[in-house]
Amino acid sequence: MRGGARKGSKKSPKLIMKTRSVICFTALPSLSPSRLCSYKRDRKEWADLEPVPQDDGPNPVVKIAYSDKFTDVYDYFRALLKNDEKSDRAFTLTAEAIELNAANYTVWHYRRVLLQALEKDLREEMRYITAIIEDQPKNYQVWHHRRMVVEWLNDPSEELEFIAEILSQDAKNYHAWQHRQWVLKEYKLWDSELEYVEQLLEEDVRNNSAWNQRHYVISHTTGYSDPSILNREVQYSLKQIKKAPHNESVWNYLKGILQDRGLSSHPGLLEQILELKETHCSPYLLGFLVDIYEDSLENTSGDQVEVLSKALELCELLAQERDTIRREYWSYVGRSLQTKYCSGDPSTTSSAPETDRGSASVSVHQETTCNS
Amino acid sequence: MESVSSPLRCFGECHTAEKYTDDGVETVTSVEQRKVERSIQEVVSVYKQIHSLPQPTLLRDQHYQYLKKGLRHLSDAYECLDASRPWLCYWILHSLELLEEPVPTAIASDVCKFLAQCQSPTGGFAGGPCQAAHLAPTYAAVNALCIIGTQEAYNIIDRYYSIIDRYYSIIDRYYSIIDRYYSIIDRYYSIIDRYYSIIDRYYSIIDRYYNIIDREKLLSFLFSVKQPDGSFVMHIGGEVDVRSTYCAASVASLTNIMTPTLFQDTPTWIVSCQNWEGGLGGVPGLEAHGGYTFCGMAALVILGKEHMLDLKSLLRWVASRQMRYEGGFQGRCNKLVDGCYSFWQAGLLPLLHRALFKGGDSTLSLQKWMFEQQALQEYILLCCQNPAGGLLDKPGKSRDFYHTCYCLSGLSVAQHFGNMDLHHELIVGREENRLAPSHPVYNICPEKVAQAIQHFHQLPVPVPAQKEVSSACNTTADHS
Repeated sequence: MRGGARKGSKKSPKLIMKTRSVICFTALPSLSPSRLCSYKRDRKEWADLEPVPQDDGPNPVVKIAYSDKFTDVYDYFRALLKNDEKSDRAFTLTAEAIELNAANYTVWHYRRVLLQALEKDLREEMRYITAIIEDQPKNYQVWHHRRMVVEWLNDPSEELEFIAEILSQDAKNYHAWQHRQWVLKEYKLWDSELEYVEQLLEEDVRNNSAWNQRHYVISHTTGYSDPSILNREVQYSLKQIKKAPHNESVWNYLKGILQDRGLSSHPGLLEQILELKETHCSPYLLGFLVDIYEDSLENTSGDQVEVLSKALELCELLAQERDTIRREYWSYVGRSLQTKYCSGDPSTTSSAPETDRGSASVSVHQETTCNS
Repeated sequence: MESVSSPLRCFGECHTAEKYTDDGVETVTSVEQRKVERSIQEVVSVYKQIHSLPQPTLLRDQHYQYLKKGLRHLSDAYECLDASRPWLCYWILHSLELLEEPVPTAIASDVCKFLAQCQSPTGGFAGGPCQAAHLAPTYAAVNALCIIGTQEAYNIIDRYYSIIDRYYSIIDRYYSIIDRYYSIIDRYYSIIDRYYSIIDRYYSIIDRYYNIIDREKLLSFLFSVKQPDGSFVMHIGGEVDVRSTYCAASVASLTNIMTPTLFQDTPTWIVSCQNWEGGLGGVPGLEAHGGYTFCGMAALVILGKEHMLDLKSLLRWVASRQMRYEGGFQGRCNKLVDGCYSFWQAGLLPLLHRALFKGGDSTLSLQKWMFEQQALQEYILLCCQNPAGGLLDKPGKSRDFYHTCYCLSGLSVAQHFGNMDLHHELIVGREENRLAPSHPVYNICPEKVAQAIQHFHQLPVPVPAQKEVSSACNTTADHS
């Protein structure tokens, strides 16, 4: 993986450059360019290279007012790229370019090429990328770079702890979770993950990312087929519902784990939910009931008039009173159920698509045009 | 039309009851949510005090000035977007087309030249000159070219049509004195002929914008980022996620370079991103997220495979993302509202509507999308506008061109139901708030989509190199 680096065909210039850049490199920490405002264009270490100004064309658009430092660094980066230079000074420059714009994926790619070509110390690179991610955890390139380095080292040993540290600052960082899922799957590090998820849910039961991770871990380990696992999860969910009934995540999770088997097939669930309705009601509970009834209509034979009627009543309640922001949606669900399960009973509420629902549509400007 | 004072949803008595219920269990999620609700409440109450008549106004002039300036010059605060400059072109141009503000010819031409500078010699577009090709700026560049290409040419054509009309009326006048004026008529016919040839030349201007795109190399680029499992990396040596499939499908369909194998296994891969929540994550296993869900769904619509998704679950998930108090959309369950999701999330509803309709659903509304259109418009108009121009995430955040583009796009979705044949408008506030409709798949105006597709379908699909077709797998050797 790390091999195959092209040893420069022109030996002596590279040797000279390497020596110079070693001096340059050791000098840099104490002579930070930004502090001394010392630009590449003023340093003799770069004198052999002609900087390449950015060619935006004659009358530029979306022209960014780059700082002098930015222009300087990137003029030299373009020069290095053009010459395909693979040297330590190039490597150092990529760090400066990244600091100025960590989203420049071209620079990151070049840095990776250099890491391999120059056989750089990947452990040191891990330290570098750790610091960058801490500073800018919501950037695609930094996480992708870390993944590459971990792959090259074939060493995930720092990952779970590092990601946990990032998640402790922002428990929902999407990139962090993506990296975590990759590490777990690639290196089969499942053992403590459910415990970690439970800890996060303990801290914030509304952390939807943690609920997703719960599903991810179980799906990739025991699965949900085993009835004792499924039941454990159902009980866990009901427990969390009782603690905070208006937490949408847990309701979605409960539905998510039961829907493939059919919500109405889980014994005693409907009764438990109806019981909860008295003391822990929420729009989510009512929606869940609609889902159970719908599943029952779909999968049970025999007299469904009662069930359909209850489902339609709930849709109406949600649309008109308890979840009015989703009025159009719940009305649609009601109409769909009605049409599909063909209630012949004229007393069930029938809401045609275009019924005027009072104040909703009266005074905002409306216009229908039919152009054929 | 009458200027009737429309009752705003957020002024209603029931509105405060929609606030978040934390059940007495405070967590980071509930604390943050309540903070946002308080700031929204503040905005609404200030608005009530200032305005006796609740007529939310889109600050068209201010947004126009902000956009016009940004199209030329951006401060150094935009250094962080130096690898996304075609995006800046697209966000600004799309915002201008929604506002129905014409782009001056000179600027359109300059955008065109700039995007040509961003095109990679190996195909596709990069974030800036001399950078590597990447699917995201490729998507943005193609969209931007489609937006300006047609407008420029149409402007010029319209001007010459009016000259011709003027000469036709002169001819009509002289018909009554035919004998004496046969020679005059002949002279005017030759003038008309000359203007027809000018028009022909300007039709070729349309071509000039579209022809910036090197279709053969673009196809090569798409093959070069295609993975064996059907997904695409964003750039050589880059990351995989569902955005890439949308970017690839969008440019391939607009420029007519789709080959039978280009999207092989892609629909299956996208569908594997749908999770237990009903929405889609960035890659299989991840949490359902509005941006990724839009990309996945739109890509499948382009590929004609949207029915492979569980549409009912997806519908439930996205409908549930509208915030009952704020009226705007969140990106993920139990996260905060953000103006940009006005497009990524609300924009899913037109796609779902069409998919369900295609699937034979007869219970769909003929007037409204399945989200609260009025509430979303109120959120955008009251909470997402910067008084100096530009739109934003939520009160307290800074304006930027990304949010300007997607807040306006969302506003357009909320204002317009239907398509060319059946169109129903719902404009909150003044009639002047009306934006142009946008195409729900590509997010550029529908006429531009039609024009681009018509143009590129006259050209043959490029023939890919044999090795490209059979070896999407070989690219992983360079996966560094």
